Amino acid sequence: MSSSQVKLMIDGNTLEAPRGMLLVDAALRAGIDVPVFCYHPKMEPVGMCRMCLVEIGRPSRDRQSGEFLLDENDQPIINFGPNLETACTTRIDEGWVVYINSERALEGQKQIVEFLLTSHPLDCPVCDKGGECPLQDLTMLHGPGISRFSFHDKMNSLKRVALGELIILDRERCIQCARCIRFQEEIVDDPVIEFSNRGRSLEIVTFSEPGFDSYFSGNTTDICPVGALTTSDFRFGSRPWELNAAASICPHCPVGCNIILNTRREVKMGGSEIVKRVLPRQNEMINEIWICDKGRFAYSYAMDSERLSQPMIRVGGELEETSWDNALKVAAEGLKQSGANLLGLAGGRASNEDLYNFKQLIQGLDGVSMLNDFMAGGKQNQQIGLGPGSNLGDLGVGDAIVVIASDLLEEAPIWWLRVKQAAERGAKLIVANARFTKLEKYSAHTVRYSFGDAPETVLGMLHYVTGDSSLNKYAKVDGQEESARIIKEATNAVLFMGSEGSDSESSKRLVQACGSLLAATEHIGKANNGLIPVWLKNNTQGAWDMGLTPPEKHLAEEFRDRTALYLMACDPFGDNPEMLQELPQDAFVIVQELFHTPSVDRADVVFPAQSFIERDGTLTSGERVVQLFYPAVSPHGESLPDWKILARIGALLGVAMESTSAAGVMNRIAEDIEDYGEIHYRELMNREDQWPPVGGKQIYFGGTAYENSQGIGIRLSSRAQRGEAYEPVWKESPKKPKGEGIRIVPIVKLYDQGTTVLPSLLLAQRIGQPELVIGQEDADRLLLQNGAQVEVQWNGTAHQFPVAIDNDIPEGIVLLPRNRQLGLEMPMACNLTPVKPTSKEKGE
Amino acid sequence: MLAALLKGLWTTLRSMFEPPVTYQYPEVKRPVRDRYKGRHYLQRYDNGLEKCIGCSLCAVACPADAIFVESSENTDENRYSPGERYASTYEINMLRCIFCGYCEDACPTEAIVLGHNYELSFTNRRDAIYTKDMLINPVSIAGQPTPMKVEAGQFDRAIPEMEDPK
Ligand code: SF4
Ligand code: SF4
Ligand code: SF4
Ligand code: SF4
Ligand code: FES
Repeated sequence: MSSSQVKLMIDGNTLEAPRGMLLVDAALRAGIDVPVFCYHPKMEPVGMCRMCLVEIGRPSRDRQSGEFLLDENDQPIINFGPNLETACTTRIDEGWVVYINSERALEGQKQIVEFLLTSHPLDCPVCDKGGECPLQDLTMLHGPGISRFSFHDKMNSLKRVALGELIILDRERCIQCARCIRFQEEIVDDPVIEFSNRGRSLEIVTFSEPGFDSYFSGNTTDICPVGALTTSDFRFGSRPWELNAAASICPHCPVGCNIILNTRREVKMGGSEIVKRVLPRQNEMINEIWICDKGRFAYSYAMDSERLSQPMIRVGGELEETSWDNALKVAAEGLKQSGANLLGLAGGRASNEDLYNFKQLIQGLDGVSMLNDFMAGGKQNQQIGLGPGSNLGDLGVGDAIVVIASDLLEEAPIWWLRVKQAAERGAKLIVANARFTKLEKYSAHTVRYSFGDAPETVLGMLHYVTGDSSLNKYAKVDGQEESARIIKEATNAVLFMGSEGSDSESSKRLVQACGSLLAATEHIGKANNGLIPVWLKNNTQGAWDMGLTPPEKHLAEEFRDRTALYLMACDPFGDNPEMLQELPQDAFVIVQELFHTPSVDRADVVFPAQSFIERDGTLTSGERVVQLFYPAVSPHGESLPDWKILARIGALLGVAMESTSAAGVMNRIAEDIEDYGEIHYRELMNREDQWPPVGGKQIYFGGTAYENSQGIGIRLSSRAQRGEAYEPVWKESPKKPKGEGIRIVPIVKLYDQGTTVLPSLLLAQRIGQPELVIGQEDADRLLLQNGAQVEVQWNGTAHQFPVAIDNDIPEGIVLLPRNRQLGLEMPMACNLTPVKPTSKEKGE
Repeated sequence: MLAALLKGLWTTLRSMFEPPVTYQYPEVKRPVRDRYKGRHYLQRYDNGLEKCIGCSLCAVACPADAIFVESSENTDENRYSPGERYASTYEINMLRCIFCGYCEDACPTEAIVLGHNYELSFTNRRDAIYTKDMLINPVSIAGQPTPMKVEAGQFDRAIPEMEDPK
């Protein structure tokens, strides 16, 4: 037996476990549940609730030799202390004898429940946690049945305290376990809720503005062991036992969190099934047991009444609803007649099956298909991405993580969380960006470059790694040398590459530079090493893998001279209304969409597509994990999944495509695309035992997160891992045009004005007005104060925004959250003119 | 043989002079026992508030899965029942119900009560679904109709202070 393992006895079972493991965990591994409230396997133990009281006997030792003292039967003499001890804070040691279900221990647990209930309202019938409540369960298991305390001494506290718009607190139900507070502090570092007062008056308060201001707040409602914290969106929505559960994948960002869609029938919806709430589904390789608030609350768009429900065709200038057969016929005719110069443009939100069929159809019609994006890196991700065996949760001491040109918290919150945690475990974090992002707080090194200089900054690091003297002109910002050393010396290194401040050209150079850096430091072709592009859409990687890439030229140039345009899951005319002028007037346009977007207004034929809650399919995350999502509700109106619409048009035009099922399309993909050779739906339904166990019998552990029995997905291997050589290349930077004036840089905000967020009434309140962030120098020069209106012109369009001054922003740069209708995809030159307040405002 | 025949005829003859036991339903109705379990009624408190708090416990107790409840949140401006929660939809499918009374047993507020009405007939399945409007008792003279506007803090608790809010 190795010295790190100890042998102990729990309730008569002998077991071996690592020395120093917490007794609760050791017991659970042996299949014995210790009742807990405040303990949570993802957080440090605090021993606040005393629910886990057990009897612990330790062997007596000889003072001199340290050997166990033996009794007359040659058995070690076990000493039981006078008091029960908390299993959640005690670390195990050799020779212990522990009783969890002895009479004394059970009596202790019973008294704790009795005590917890002295001021508990017991409104289980109206409590949203009722039915999945650890306090209910433990009361049934360990409760005394009758209380010695007087009912009239119960504390009555406030029952509906809104901690902001999202989370509602019931002060009476709180058992003061501090799980929520510790989660906010320890795990996500948004300490916006705290205890106030003491003793029986202890209560949770929030002191942020808006209340409970955190992108992760919903998770506290999962881990709260009682119904004290509930989401305002599910409040009284249903009893948990009435809900159906469908496994799905969050459609909002490239992390690909595993979720559960809880659905039930609703009279208000005419008796059809609707999604009532979104909960995390455990996947320790992806999202552990957490999801961000966007994933949790921004699902209502899929059930929005504004969704397209019928195919439409343009008759005499107006869109008219029609039958599928007719719409398909019109579309096929149109493509036959004017498909000579066809452009297919697809968005990174569609599933792999949709994108594959899209590529097949457009190719079959001799058209050109593209991805509506500008960021590069999909090819490099196939070559040197993270391969099988990787898990961000494994990174720690000796490893390095580089995050460049990305505000991870806004772009991919769960990656942010996992990177932060890796840094806290000891991984060296290097954050390189042109401005402060919250991740810098945990970084070993920050590299601050000027906006647009990300590729040069990486090349400068490469200079320090390889000593290539042609690159020393790029070694000019602080921290490059040190960062290069950290990456070089790291056992494992992962590089997150974003697109902040990049345009399509510099994004290409950036990914080449990143690839070269990883190759030069030998951080490719191994598990836990390689590149992760931080895509702006959830399935952009899938699109690259299906063979769709961003346009080489500017999209406007691609639109010129086209005779037909096929749009799927993208809205180029909504993103940039100027594009309407670029497309020839008589071009034939087909659109597959969920909503009546500005692109639909330009369409000749419109097909209503199904959203992710109505259908199955696969998505490929930024880490190149292929994951399966399942249908949860019946389709909206007559909508069809995108891949099916494409296959039906294909059938009319003689392009043979898989039209029976999404699984069938995946089989085609597996035959056709090498990397997906092993991917079939059956394999994607793989399950694995995970730690900590959640959602099963041990419900008090993980809260309401679901166990993953529907598939943890498959991580694709990278070419480098399969032994293919990677040729590092990089390009010299082009000469920067001088004296350009002010540049406007689009940045990502988690709660954007996108079609997926706006329909969520809850989150809509958090979006706020987009503000133009400007540095102090520019603000002074233009005599702007915080909140002043300013007119910004770029690309011939003008918009007005209030300004927010940020000292961190250098001169000549302004930032604006990405937004529809702005036509601001990449950084651009702009002009600022302060808007004079009208005389009326002045007078006040 | 003859004796047996006469005995039988005697019984027939005797019963001709006994009062009839047949009820001339529907003109005449037989009174039911106090604890007879007929169609359900949703109860109100004297002040008019609904007793049902929309907890769905009746629905989960029902062996025939005849009950469907959807709940919503009360406010002091629009109060249906004491406490935070009320049933915004309440339906019983009388074709499924087996009149076992389990729903009555499960209800924490004695809101759902099986009454004495057994005259349930429908000509189509949809009519067999009794909605909340059909099930709920009318407001007593002393009470007000729901939703009512009440003073803040007056009816904050669904259980157990709801016993009879005045
Ligand atoms: S928190 Fe649990 S025990 Fe308390 S009222 Fe809610 S369901 Fe009942
Ligand atoms: S609100 Fe919930 S998680 Fe927070 S301290 Fe109270 S019981 Fe614990
Ligand atoms: S009486 Fe029985 S069968 Fe009928 S609704 Fe109630 S519980 Fe269901
Ligand atoms: S009738 Fe009773 S058991 Fe049924 S929902 Fe209403 S309060 Fe709950
Ligand atoms: S004290 Fe151990 S679980 Fe709370």
